[in-house]
Amino acid sequence: MKFVDEFRAPELISKAGEEIRRLADSNRHYRIMEVCGGHTHAIYRFGLKDLLPSNVELIHGPGCPVCVLPMGRIDDGLSLATQPDFIFAAFGDMMRVPGTHGSPLEYKARGMDVRIVYSPADALKLARSNPEKHVMFFAIGFETTAPSTALTLMRAKAEGLRNFSVFCNHVTIIPAIRAILDSPDMRLDGFVGPGHVSTVIGCRPYDWIAKDEGKPVVVSGFEPLDILQSIVMLLRQLRKGEARVENQYKRVVPWEGNRAALRAMAEVFELRPYFEWRGLGFISQSALKIRASYAQWDSEQRFSVPGVRVTDPKAAQCGEVLKGVLKPAQCKLFGNECTPEQPVGALMVSSEGSCAAYYNYERRKPVSIASAAAN
Amino acid sequence: MCLAIPGKIVELDPHNAHLGVVDVVGVRRRVDLGLLQDEPPVPGDWVLIHVGFAMSKISEADAADQMRTLTMLGETEAAMQEVRGYGLENEEQDQSSQRLKQ
Repeated sequence: MKFVDEFRAPELISKAGEEIRRLADSNRHYRIMEVCGGHTHAIYRFGLKDLLPSNVELIHGPGCPVCVLPMGRIDDGLSLATQPDFIFAAFGDMMRVPGTHGSPLEYKARGMDVRIVYSPADALKLARSNPEKHVMFFAIGFETTAPSTALTLMRAKAEGLRNFSVFCNHVTIIPAIRAILDSPDMRLDGFVGPGHVSTVIGCRPYDWIAKDEGKPVVVSGFEPLDILQSIVMLLRQLRKGEARVENQYKRVVPWEGNRAALRAMAEVFELRPYFEWRGLGFISQSALKIRASYAQWDSEQRFSVPGVRVTDPKAAQCGEVLKGVLKPAQCKLFGNECTPEQPVGALMVSSEGSCAAYYNYERRKPVSIASAAAN
Repeated sequence: MCLAIPGKIVELDPHNAHLGVVDVVGVRRRVDLGLLQDEPPVPGDWVLIHVGFAMSKISEADAADQMRTLTMLGETEAAMQEVRGYGLENEEQDQSSQRLKQ
């Protein structure tokens, strides 16, 4: 099988699959949440579920920044950008996310100045080269991207650049995990911890999940073997009745995280008392707000924001899918009214959204290392 | 957006301590090194880049692994588009690549 050769150590993948089947107690049903959308993408792409016995179920977590952003925030950002001489800059992932009156891309088609940037530093560059306009960077993301936004704001302040601001939607992963664990209809046995968020925050912030909630956490890399090994590590702990935080992705994630990144975040951001998440509702201290010392560069402190709250389209069940209560295909709109080409909900937009991942891979099964590894 | 792209530091900016040029499969772009200020990278080091900022130092072997992961995920094209997009293809960049050629 040609494509199997492209994977690191295909024989180890088969072995990991066997080990998972050996470790899983057949009298028990395991529910393991992969927190990060990048993992969800990899799990579908590689057909990893096919390597797991039926009693080891993967539940897709909230770690897709585009997916958890409520529509009201998109509306707020876009409404600011309708001012004259205004440039709305955002990552490509944001461009097709529907707001009440259309996505940023649709606003662009109607004449608004909308630019895709690949780095917040490029939004800053846009501001330097367009001194007669105001450039607003619509910032999204977890702790992986928040330090980059923080450094960009520090650079803007150091330069005294006055025509630049950030509309900050950065969120933090720990309170979302807490909200999921607190939700009464959710029973989980352990977590595959996010890889790149953990390069920033390290592994310590997950301690309480093990100590207080009694659930093991394994921070994982993104290769098929990484994810399977992480599941093996979780099952080993569960079998012994242990709950610890382990780091499978040591080659990239330092246990203590990235201190310089954490310092930059602490310099620029403080916690919001609460923030709305799509599907999860209001979660206290779950998002970052720009400090008063950077008010000049905070779109929300600088301009008046409408503070729109929009309920999601009734038929779309993004919230249930985000919480892991429903699988993507169980949503009434999945694949009919809501597709990656014509998304109704944000989970269909981003490649990290579980609906898009499910739509792109699960329905067609283009690459399955599972079947190949079994041969 | 959670792509982490491996690149090799080929040059530090003599005028701006927090900037450096990375090479990602032959494409050279300027990235911000400010998040690595506790262990500043030098030319020849490999780093993982995220939205235009180097996030962590990695080994060359891990860089190769990471590139293969991106390929397996079908994200190579998106990653290269992202890297090419850094700096908005502006004048400053052309100057830096010219300087590299000299």
